[in-house]
Amino acid sequence: MEIRKGSRLRNFHQAKWDEEVIFELNTPGERGIHIPEVEKEISDVVGDGLSKIPVAMRRAAPPGLPEVGQMRVLKHFLRLSQQNLGADLNIDIGQGTCTIKYNPKINEKIAASQKARAIHPHQDVSTVQGALRVMHEMDLYLREISGMDRFSLQPSSGSHAILTMASIMHKYHESRGQAETRDELITTMFSHPSDAAAAAVKGYKIITIYPDEQGFPDLEALKAAVSERTAGLFITNPEDIGIFNPKIAEFTRVVHEAGGICGYDQANANGILGITRAREADFDLCFFNLHKTFAAPHGCGGPGGGALGATQELADYLPVPLVGLDGDRYFLDYDVPHTIGKVRSFWGPFPVILKSYAWILSMGAEGLKEAAHVAVLNNNYLLKKIREIDGATSPYTGGKHRIEQVRYSWEKLYEETGVDTHDVTLRLADFGFHLWQSHHPFVVPQPFTIEPTESYSKEELDEYLDGLRHVVREARTEPETVKRAPHNSVVHRIDDSTLDDPGKWAVTWRAFLKKHGEAAAKIRD
Amino acid sequence: MKTLGLIVNPVAGMGGAVALKGTDGLEILERAEQLGATPKAHARAGQALAGLLTSYDSFELLTFSGDMGESSAIACEVEPQVIGSGSTPRTTPEDTVEAARQMAERGVDLLLFAGGDGTARDICGAIGTFVTTLGIPAGVKIHSAVFASSPAAAGRVAASFLSGAIARVKEAEVMDIDEEEYRRQVLSARLFGYLKIPDARRLLQGPKAGSAVHDRAIQAAIAQGIFERMTDDRLYIVGPGTTLQPLMDLLGLDNSLLGVDIVRAGEQIAKDVSEREILEKIADTACTLVLTPVGGQGFVVGRGNQQISPAVIRKVGKQNIIIAATPEKLTTLRGRPLLIDTGDVETDACLCGYYRVVTGYRDSAVYRVSD
Repeated sequence: MEIRKGSRLRNFHQAKWDEEVIFELNTPGERGIHIPEVEKEISDVVGDGLSKIPVAMRRAAPPGLPEVGQMRVLKHFLRLSQQNLGADLNIDIGQGTCTIKYNPKINEKIAASQKARAIHPHQDVSTVQGALRVMHEMDLYLREISGMDRFSLQPSSGSHAILTMASIMHKYHESRGQAETRDELITTMFSHPSDAAAAAVKGYKIITIYPDEQGFPDLEALKAAVSERTAGLFITNPEDIGIFNPKIAEFTRVVHEAGGICGYDQANANGILGITRAREADFDLCFFNLHKTFAAPHGCGGPGGGALGATQELADYLPVPLVGLDGDRYFLDYDVPHTIGKVRSFWGPFPVILKSYAWILSMGAEGLKEAAHVAVLNNNYLLKKIREIDGATSPYTGGKHRIEQVRYSWEKLYEETGVDTHDVTLRLADFGFHLWQSHHPFVVPQPFTIEPTESYSKEELDEYLDGLRHVVREARTEPETVKRAPHNSVVHRIDDSTLDDPGKWAVTWRAFLKKHGEAAAKIRD
Repeated sequence: MKTLGLIVNPVAGMGGAVALKGTDGLEILERAEQLGATPKAHARAGQALAGLLTSYDSFELLTFSGDMGESSAIACEVEPQVIGSGSTPRTTPEDTVEAARQMAERGVDLLLFAGGDGTARDICGAIGTFVTTLGIPAGVKIHSAVFASSPAAAGRVAASFLSGAIARVKEAEVMDIDEEEYRRQVLSARLFGYLKIPDARRLLQGPKAGSAVHDRAIQAAIAQGIFERMTDDRLYIVGPGTTLQPLMDLLGLDNSLLGVDIVRAGEQIAKDVSEREILEKIADTACTLVLTPVGGQGFVVGRGNQQISPAVIRKVGKQNIIIAATPEKLTTLRGRPLLIDTGDVETDACLCGYYRVVTGYRDSAVYRVSD
């Protein structure tokens, strides 16, 4: 692979271990640790440890967990870790909509300290006043940032927070005798897909507003959509293509006039911290993703934090317990008149909350605003540079500035060379760059979404740009190099044609054996 | 080794450059030649083959002699197996039909054809959805959804399909307009049938996007969504289009893919009806019209379903129209509205506005319809 002279690109070759699934390492009799015999004093009290568990709750057979020695387990997971390309290794701006920013390591240390780790939610609240203070003050900070009146820190992700918003909305309409008739939830095409999905889980019918030719959600379509069946509107702003809906106050007004609730998905808040707030746009509910905007790590699917705020009227519906302050004593507040109950065990994902709390303290009010400014500046620097690449375009808005991210298109490159966005994505992996592929639905043809956040330096942004330019040059001179990429990765191209086939997909080892048993065995042989 | 069939309609496209709006029929072809038109299809087939060969070359090529395919292949340095020949001195639509039949009998993996809507109709009539096909756009009229966006794109899709990178196929509409009428400034498109083409839609799903669902599954969801809203006291006029096929399947009824059917309380009242028959059936009963956009431009009324006339629409009433479309179909419009063209300005004006388009089970979009 030849890299242009003067380019900042680096060669990258990923470790490949051809590692088994841990279940395949199973060797009956092997042990990671030998658990010592129970001391007599204990067994005198609890017996054999099983008999006191109700029969109905006891397993008939032990779980089929893999039996593997400790050293093999260690090697297994270290090998897998080398096959990763995590946010701390690469310039992870190609994971648009995810707000991949730096997660300060000192916050990891704080969350891993004995003070945070060794407490238990079953302790008496008088012994965990510090933890409660963190949660209470987090609530106050988020109120200030959003303009909402009270926050619940229970939801553990964005989608979880959306489901919680849907539950609150449902209970609110129920309290007014309208839960049955108000069964429609409105969202927009470029809002996060979970706004529709999580509301559908709650039982709502989903109405989607499509973008107009300029990429803005169609206000006239919203006016045609609302009715006495409208439960509410869940919307992301700026939307997932980086465009801020300039008529957002009109949107909330139209929905309120129809008797609906407005829920603000603030997954894309990174460019508007300290600039604009949910309160001023007249939302009733909103949530922040602590694992995005507030610098806690994404952690590959968890734990996350979906801090959920409500206006005074809807604060009475928040999950319990909330954290209150009585004089100088923090307490768990179960006195929430219309609460929807609990949406999670205990109080919320405390380590995540703690990391975000530490980040807010370290940034300060001005720092948060500056982070937003830099995130927007970085984005618009990239917008200008990417628009100069022959083959890349930024559909909608005629090249005007966006907020914190842009959904670009390789349509022109594809038309001219046959190299599509999937090919470009895979070729970038050869240079150690991550460009992910979640741009569903494909409203923008051959899409790619870049979100640089405030964390990356100009040098890093330029390195990534060099990667894009290099691959585009290859697409025009040696397209097969791009179309056969990746060349240095752990896996080559994956056949995704059965993604929607329940007969083929398997998310557990047991399901895999059931659906692919013989075929899988043959591959291994 | 995979086998590829190639059929070139040598005269396709000749009428376009001399503003004849098509090249159907010998008389028009002769007029085109008099006006100085030259054959184009041969070169466009060559571009597609060249595009194909850049990334896939281990296939056997079956074709007809001379300008029906052989010469395009030789120009690309491919030695084809010539399995027949067309009429002389001019090839005819019957030659296209014959070539398609022979290739189907020989079990080609993919049939590439260079032509326009007329050629697509001929192939559709000959082999239907028996063989996977793909059109190289070379004709004047390209209203059918069976063509790639360019000859080079046709080559790329063919390569992906033959190599197995595209594993799925889908049915796509074969549309044609009446050239005589079109020359008189009247656009009257008809839906002639369906061809099976490679499904080039890329399933690029990140974990965040949820599960990827194929069009067919979405159509089934749409059917369920409409089914639950149906009541026994109404007549349902079900328009043409594959999107509505699963609805008829769900009702256990035979579907006129290209025509209009009438249904009540799970019974088929009438099949493949004309405008007059529709008006008779709905004369004194409440009814609902179920439509789906036909073709690539997003026409809900006026292309391929002319039975749904202004008189029918006035009787049904705008509020009783259900439009169904997969999200993919709506997104391909890129923000442009769905279209109507009933031929009656007043009816068109009355139909404009926003509709609740059924896009899945308990899923809909509010979308603009315009004239």
